[in-house]
Order: sequence, then C-alpha cells, then structure tokens
Amino acid sequence: MSIDKTSEAASHEVENKAAAAKAVTAVDPRLLVREQGLAGYVGEFKRKMRSGDLGSIPVVIGLIVIWAIFASLNSNFLTAGNISDISVAMVGTGMIAVGIVFVLLLGEIDLSVGSLSGVAGATFAVLSVTHGMNEWLAFVLAILTGTVAGAIQGFFFARIGVPAFAVTLAGLLFWNGLMLQILGSNGTINLDSEGVVAKLTSYYFTDVAAAYALATVVTVGFFLSSYLGNKRREAAGVPSRPVGETIARTVLLGVLSFGVAVMYNQYKGLPLAVVIFLAVLLVTDFVLRRTAFGRKIFALGGSVEASRRAGISVEMIRISVFSISGTFAAIGGLFIASKIASANQGAGGGDLLMNAIAAAVIGGTSLFGGRGRTWNALLGVLVIVSIQYGLALQGIASPVQYMITGGVLLATVVIDAVTRKTQKSAGRA
Amino acid sequence: MVHVSATPVLALRGVSKRFGAVQVLTDVELEVHAGEVVALVGDNGAGKSTLVKTIAGVHPIDEGSIEWDGKAVQINRPHDAQNLGVATVYQDLALCDNIDVVGNLYLGRELKKRGVLDEVEMERRSRELLDTLSIRIPSVRIPIASLSGGQRQTVAIARSMLGEPKLVILDEPTAALGVEQTAQVLDLVERLRERGHAVILISHNMADVKAVADKVAVLRLGRNNGVFEVKSTSQEEIISAITGATENAVTRRAARSGEAQK
Repeated sequence: MSIDKTSEAASHEVENKAAAAKAVTAVDPRLLVREQGLAGYVGEFKRKMRSGDLGSIPVVIGLIVIWAIFASLNSNFLTAGNISDISVAMVGTGMIAVGIVFVLLLGEIDLSVGSLSGVAGATFAVLSVTHGMNEWLAFVLAILTGTVAGAIQGFFFARIGVPAFAVTLAGLLFWNGLMLQILGSNGTINLDSEGVVAKLTSYYFTDVAAAYALATVVTVGFFLSSYLGNKRREAAGVPSRPVGETIARTVLLGVLSFGVAVMYNQYKGLPLAVVIFLAVLLVTDFVLRRTAFGRKIFALGGSVEASRRAGISVEMIRISVFSISGTFAAIGGLFIASKIASANQGAGGGDLLMNAIAAAVIGGTSLFGGRGRTWNALLGVLVIVSIQYGLALQGIASPVQYMITGGVLLATVVIDAVTRKTQKSAGRA
Repeated sequence: MVHVSATPVLALRGVSKRFGAVQVLTDVELEVHAGEVVALVGDNGAGKSTLVKTIAGVHPIDEGSIEWDGKAVQINRPHDAQNLGVATVYQDLALCDNIDVVGNLYLGRELKKRGVLDEVEMERRSRELLDTLSIRIPSVRIPIASLSGGQRQTVAIARSMLGEPKLVILDEPTAALGVEQTAQVLDLVERLRERGHAVILISHNMADVKAVADKVAVLRLGRNNGVFEVKSTSQEEIISAITGATENAVTRRAARSGEAQK
C-alpha cells in the first residue's frame, strides 16, 4: 500500500463517518411501502410493469388475441366442442412440458423427451397387446421406462459432467432407436379402445354434476387455503393479504372454473384427461414452491456455487430433475398414444419436442433458469394447440402451422430476453 | 468497547501451514475475545486468506495448536469449524439471485412443518433477525437481485448469524461497496460486537479498520508483524507494519511508548 493511498483512505474515513451517521438516522427511502386500497394495487402493478416483472400477463394477452382472431375467422372456433377438444389434445404435450419446466428451472435443457414419450407408448403397446400383460402393470412399467431413462441421462450430466444438451441429444437418437427396436417389424400396434390408456383421453364424466363439483372443490379449496394461510400470517405478525383481495381472487377463479364447467357440460362432459392434467399441475406446483426439494431446484437455477455451499446435494437434485422430466415425457407419451389409440413408428417425432419446449417457454418459464412455474406449461400448451386447431379449422396446411408456431416462439423468447434486460436495469435480474 | 472476556474465544498458537514448497504461515499467533473485532491486515500474499481458511477448516494446519474457549481443538473440516461456532462470510457471497431474502437466509436449513416449508415461521424469524441487526432492506420477500451490493452483504452476514456463531469471520466485506453501503456494513459489524460475537475482519481499507476494529493483527510474509490497539496507533504505523517499513514490531512499539511519555 502506498503513501498517497493512505491520504485517500483518510479522506474516505471522513466520508464514511458522515455517511454512517446519516444511515442510522434516516429511514431508507427505498423501502417498499405499499399504499392501502386500490391505489396500492395500481401502484404495485405499475412498479412490476416498470421493472419487467411481467409474469403470465403477456401469454394471457396473447391467448386472448389468438382466440379473438380465430373466432372472428371461423365461428366454429369458440364452440364448446372445439375448446373441449383442444383441452384434451393439449394434455399429452402439456405433460411433457411440465417435465421441461423442471429442467428449465435448473437452466438446462432436455432434448430427449420426444423420443422418450415414444418409447413409453411402444413399451405399453408391446407389453399389453403383444405379450398380453396386465394393462395396469404395463402402464406403470411404461412410465418407469421414462423415469429410468431420465435418471441415466441425469447421471451422465451430474456425475460425469457431460453438458445436458449433448447427453439428451444422444438420448434423442438412442431412445428413438430403442422405440423402433421395441416395435419391431409390426410397425404399428393398435391399442384396445376400451383399455386403460385409450380411456385416458376418451373418457368423459358425462354427469353434469361432475364438472360443477370439481369447479366447487377448486374454488372453495382455493379460498380456504388462502384464507387460512392469511390467518396464520396475521397470527405470526407478518404481512398478510387483506381479506378483500382473497375474496376478489376467489371470485375470479370461481367465475373462470364454473365457466369452463358450463362449457364442458354443453359438449361431452368433463374430460378425464383434463382432470388428471390439473391434478398434476397442482401437485408439481406444490412440490416446487412449498417443499424443500422444490426450493433446492430453484436455488440450483440461481447459483450452483451458493447451493453447494448451503449443503445442497447438487448431483442428487440434478439426477432427480432429469428423471422427473423423463417420467413426465413417458406420461405424455401415453396420453399421445391414447389420442390416436395406437403406438406407431412416428411417435415422439415431428414437432413434439419443439412444441413441448415452446409450451414451457411461451408460458413464461425462463430459458436462463430459476424462474417459472408448472402452470406456465398449461398456458403455453394452450397457445400452441389453439394455433394448431385454429389453423386446421381454416384448412391451412402444416407448413404454415410450423411457421406461425415458430413466430410465436420467437416472440416469446424475445419477451423473455427483453424482460431480463428490463429487470437488470431495474435491478431485479 | 463492550465487555471483553478473559479467555479468548479463539487462540492460534504457533500455527504453520505449508503448501508444497511454499511456507505460507510461520508461527502465527492470534487471539480473539468475545465482543471484540480483530482486523486482520496485510499485503497481498501475506497469508490472510490462508489463515482464515485454517480457522474455517478449509485447510488443516501443519503445526501449532488451535484453542477454542481455552481448550485445544482440532479443526480438520469445515464441518468441525461450524460445529464449534465459526461462521465465515466469503467475498463472493454465495446467495441465489432469484430467491427472496427469506429463502436465502434459510437456504439448506429450511424450517419445515409436516414436510412442507414453513414460510410463515421463516419470515417471522427473518424479520426478527434483521430487526435485531437493524438491517434495512426494502422487503424480505423480494429477490436478492433487487438489492444493492451493501444490502446483499448485510443479508450474507445475517445469514451467518442464524446458527448463533461465537466467531464470525468476514473476508473483505466492504471491498466492492460504495461509501453509503460500506457504512451500512460497518454498522452491522459494530452490532455483532455489541451482541457479544467475536469478529475477525479482513480488510484492505485502513479507514474501515480504524472505524470498527479494536485490535489490528498484521501479517507480513506469513508471519506476525505486530498486534496493535487501534485507539492508540496511527494509520501510518499500521501501514508501515504491513509494508515492512519498520525493522520489526517491537522497536516500533517501543518508539511509540516513548512518544506517549513525552
């Protein structure tokens, strides 16, 4: 240390002392003080917009715009039958996208999910149809192929240190080959149309009470969990939501869920596939946001080094996330096989992989890790399948579908990147 | 200065450490009492970081002994140090930008209730902790990314306090901070002392050292080069001990006591 540095340090000291005195007395003006009432919400909303904390807003607006356009082009688009079909068709890709959300939260990618979904469909078909195995057993084994395959990929990524991109790219080829091998010379195996897997997408709760009961359970369940949660927060003396806000949110959710229930009851009733998908979203969201395991996944997406120092077993989390992704790929594969009631050589190919990743990203999951929810998969896949059905209604061929879906995906990642920039300049990235 | 205990919380006696052909630490002595801030200063390569790492258990010592509350202990792994009650805040803070303040404070030791994260209890205790340390941040529920560098440093220090450590080691806590933020962190160091923690503060900034430390331990080329009482020592004296401008610490101290008598 040189002498002139000393004098500099001395002048620093004076400044420091002055600043220290000020810091103790003055209330930090940057403290977030929320105003009461409506003004508070408006202020909060403006602040979030400015700082790029957009959440699901862009995709909800996008979905409304897409539906408005297709509804104006074709009056059949916004009918109960079409919307109901869209919601059943989206479940296969949606399940795969849920797994992708987990992987994206780590800031990684899984390219093998398309092929893995094909393997699961083929495994089920061969075991149950060709070998006459018990359908439920075959169903469980088919899902486990995804779990095991994902864990193997996770092992190469976490323990050996191969980039996830490369491991799962190899997986994409390998599992596709395995699927063709399993199917053998048969090529296509038709599933029993009354079997477990076929029922996944073909079963509807025809009793009108079912849809209303589910809507009631969802609404009341949401209200009770928010209300009781707030009571606990109040009791502990930490900030809680005002009751009015809870009621407003419940009313919004109630209107939405009863609207959907009415829509389903105008057609075939409540689809089983949608019930399963919602249950999966509810459970995965709970795991990610309310358990220590989920917290660790987010931590790893934020900073690997910080997680390691906090005593988190990085390898274990990585391997389990990839096996979760594989599991959901297999589940999605069974839903897709169910939709066409067969396992064929083309399964898991085409645009399935890209649609699943696009769904997760369009829904608002960040490609850069650490940000996202599994509900994003629902919103994203709804956008993609709406576009597919809307264009099909117009009689527009798949080349144009691909281009439009590509455009939507680009728009989304642009929003993601711009959001990050805004967040950085607002100090929130 | 607040009450200082008679037995040092931590005492290093003749500690030596060698990496291959390089003798990094030779016969180093260091004592830290409860309620005392000891600044560890020295030029680059003087062995400050190595010394801290031996205390934190990252590098086991080769020779000498470590006493904890007057009893000889072995620190071979980071875990040993943590169990004794040593908390270390490294320069790179190891916080997750995307997780909120509460989540970061409890990262890796989440409070659970029937297997589910007990967010309410964690938030309540976080607020309590931040209040007792008089740490001001906009909200405990915003991600770390939206905090300033100084606020992040205070969160990292608060995080180390969760385990109720007896000794807190701060590695250059103000190195990357501006004036106002440095002031916040120095305030916090003083509060740690008031609460009876022993603090080892590594710093390059003499102004910071003079502002909060009770004692300054100077390392030079891996050896002790004097321990000074901050109140009665000028900045120039410390700096010359760091740079080796004095022949040795003893003559310097003798000279100083001569001056004091005049």
